[in-house]
Amino acid sequence: MKSKRFEVLAARPVNQDCFVQECPEMGFIAMDSPYDPAPSLKIEGGRVTEMDGKRREDFDFNDSFIADHAIDLAVAEEAMKIDSLEFARRLVDISRGKEEITRLAGGMTPAKLCQVMGHLNVVEMMMAMQKLRERSFPANQTHVTNKDDNPVQIACDAAEAALRGFAETETTVGVARYAPLCAVGLLIGSQCGRPGVLSQCAVEEATELMLGMLGITTYAETLSVYGTEKVFTDGDDTPYSKAFLAAAYASRGMKVRCTSGTASEALMGNAEQKSMLYLEARCLLVIKGAGVQGTQNGSVSCIGLCSSVPSGIRAVLAENLIAAMLGLECASSNDQSFSHSDIRRTARMLMQMLPGTDFIFSGYSCTPNYDNMFAGSNFEADDFDDYNVIQRDLKVDGGLRPVTEEQAVSVRMKAARAMQALFDRLGFEPVTEEQVEQCVYAHGSNDITAKRKIDEDLRSAKRIQEGEINGLDLVKALAARGHEDVARSILEMLKQRISGDYLQTAAILDRDFHVHSSVNDKNTYRGPGTGYRLKGEAWEKVKAIPQAFDPKTYQGG
Amino acid sequence: MAYNEQLVAEITRRVISALQSAQQPETENHPVSAAESPKGFSIREIGEAPVGAYPDEVVIGLAPAFGAAQTKTICGLPHSQVLREIAAGIEEEGLKPRFIRVADISDVSFIAKRAAVYSGSGIGIGLQSKGTAVIHQKDLYPLSNLELFPQAPVITLEIYRKIGKNAARYAKGQSPVPIETVNDCMVRPKYQTKAAILHIKETEQIREGQKPLALEVVWQDGE
Repeated sequence: MKSKRFEVLAARPVNQDCFVQECPEMGFIAMDSPYDPAPSLKIEGGRVTEMDGKRREDFDFNDSFIADHAIDLAVAEEAMKIDSLEFARRLVDISRGKEEITRLAGGMTPAKLCQVMGHLNVVEMMMAMQKLRERSFPANQTHVTNKDDNPVQIACDAAEAALRGFAETETTVGVARYAPLCAVGLLIGSQCGRPGVLSQCAVEEATELMLGMLGITTYAETLSVYGTEKVFTDGDDTPYSKAFLAAAYASRGMKVRCTSGTASEALMGNAEQKSMLYLEARCLLVIKGAGVQGTQNGSVSCIGLCSSVPSGIRAVLAENLIAAMLGLECASSNDQSFSHSDIRRTARMLMQMLPGTDFIFSGYSCTPNYDNMFAGSNFEADDFDDYNVIQRDLKVDGGLRPVTEEQAVSVRMKAARAMQALFDRLGFEPVTEEQVEQCVYAHGSNDITAKRKIDEDLRSAKRIQEGEINGLDLVKALAARGHEDVARSILEMLKQRISGDYLQTAAILDRDFHVHSSVNDKNTYRGPGTGYRLKGEAWEKVKAIPQAFDPKTYQGG
Repeated sequence: MAYNEQLVAEITRRVISALQSAQQPETENHPVSAAESPKGFSIREIGEAPVGAYPDEVVIGLAPAFGAAQTKTICGLPHSQVLREIAAGIEEEGLKPRFIRVADISDVSFIAKRAAVYSGSGIGIGLQSKGTAVIHQKDLYPLSNLELFPQAPVITLEIYRKIGKNAARYAKGQSPVPIETVNDCMVRPKYQTKAAILHIKETEQIREGQKPLALEVVWQDGE
């Protein structure tokens, strides 16, 4: 006989997910691998001579970089002496401020940071995150892509996403050569939805840098960092080359963060038997040592592997928390589909949504997942109402706001018209009336039959790639065609590079182009009654979901 | 004149290569290189691969374990059939497929880039054992590409044939419409861990410092 109960359970979505037993030898262990080193630090003559059980002569380049550039030797001795359990308690103690925690964490080795995390359960980690997040209030980033790489649809979707409250937008492409044109769609759409939204195009690093230098994008994120030397060099990189690339962006006044995350080393076949969290702690110290203001971490695209091992989702929160402890902006992932189960993907998301991180999602797919060219996000366009309701239920600011259909259609139309005018002015393949209408009203690319002529679009993209058209040319073209407000927004985004204020940690811009970063709008949470709270105008907006009806006017039925 | 020099160099290389492979006893072949399938499919390493001199070829670079320590993709497609479809796609466009083993690295972008550099046309295809594929061009950055097929579990034999066809079209200087990307966001939860295991096993097969090897690929099932 077969149990009918078990038959039903076997058919549940969660059982289509993949689960694997721990295997430290292959790096399939979230935290506390038996092969992880014990914390240690020896300083002789102002120089680290031993770290986490390894002597300097045995250092790989990550060890050297961390020892020479990341660990604050002025506090290291004091920090390493503190009992890890005692420090874990300070993390959740509201009488211990962020400054103290960050100062001491700066003197800790990767193994020490992991040992501290090992003492915390997820609720304690969330309490610590609420206190240690860099910016006073949380925000979100969105993915804006489609499987046709249609730049007009990207513009429309970016506009709606910006309207819904996303502070950053990110695109990528299926066909690499499409990137410049899709980046243009993203920039214009974002500014149509809400002035001041930052936009990036995640592609091969040299192209990404070039788009930034041309002023087609306004920040960058895809500077990948890895915890083992082998995986780093497989990507043709070192901590030094990443530091150099980050400096290239900063030298032109452009915001940048790195990307790292648990399980990438195991996924790429070289975890050196270490736990996922230990290798990520090394990445975070490399990022800090490189002088980069922040990171996107939380297993990111390796979440399928990290979530298949025990305590994997806890490790994701732990790595977000280490980033915050080190004073880094944390864009905390939640950006990749990892489960067939709605229950499981919501539980994973709450770890960052409840305490609030600098970017809870990095990113949330503002299209249906079938159009998500990052291979699907943890939350997608179809989940907007669920998310808004969760914010309202819990009175938690998850960074999004409800919108009406009219508002959404209006900004989508604005974006499509701006693209139409721009393409005409620049001599690109025309945006037809049919394309405008379909892109404005589409749920996703499956609803769009009036497709772009790909070869023509690629020709236009090439003109941008070759430097013929830059950000200022977009400003001029839009202004010449009567889209002066959009032109002015793009010009303002370019001007930000001269003031450089948005290079500060966790910076985003509001609709008046004012910077909110951990310098001028820092997290002051110290327990009940302190820090950022969802109230006033923001709470009114979160409350006002269009689905809620007025009980006074209810007449039955 | 340049053409003639190239021709002489190529003939010399081929003669030397033929002599070497004739002289090399079976033991010269790497022990994991031969993988016989029930239908008589085999891959044999026959010495260092030459850099192609003619523009009528597309080079397919196989990852260290492809058709050797591993014999099927993550969704179970036999490597023999994958190679046959890619070869057929190239031949349909009137070009020649040439197979090499990239033994010293398991990253698919670098394998594809290496194949492109060794290809007379400058176009190469990289293939990992789990089935991930990239079409590359010799002058592009390693981590860039002409077309990337990152989700091995959704690549069908039909798509492998199209990959061969499109690669050949690039080799002929055309601008083919890129193959429509199949996108399944539930691939990660289902397959990422399995992909990691296969990739770890592929990486274990790396032979450090080994230059690309020429391959003799045989399908002996009556075709």
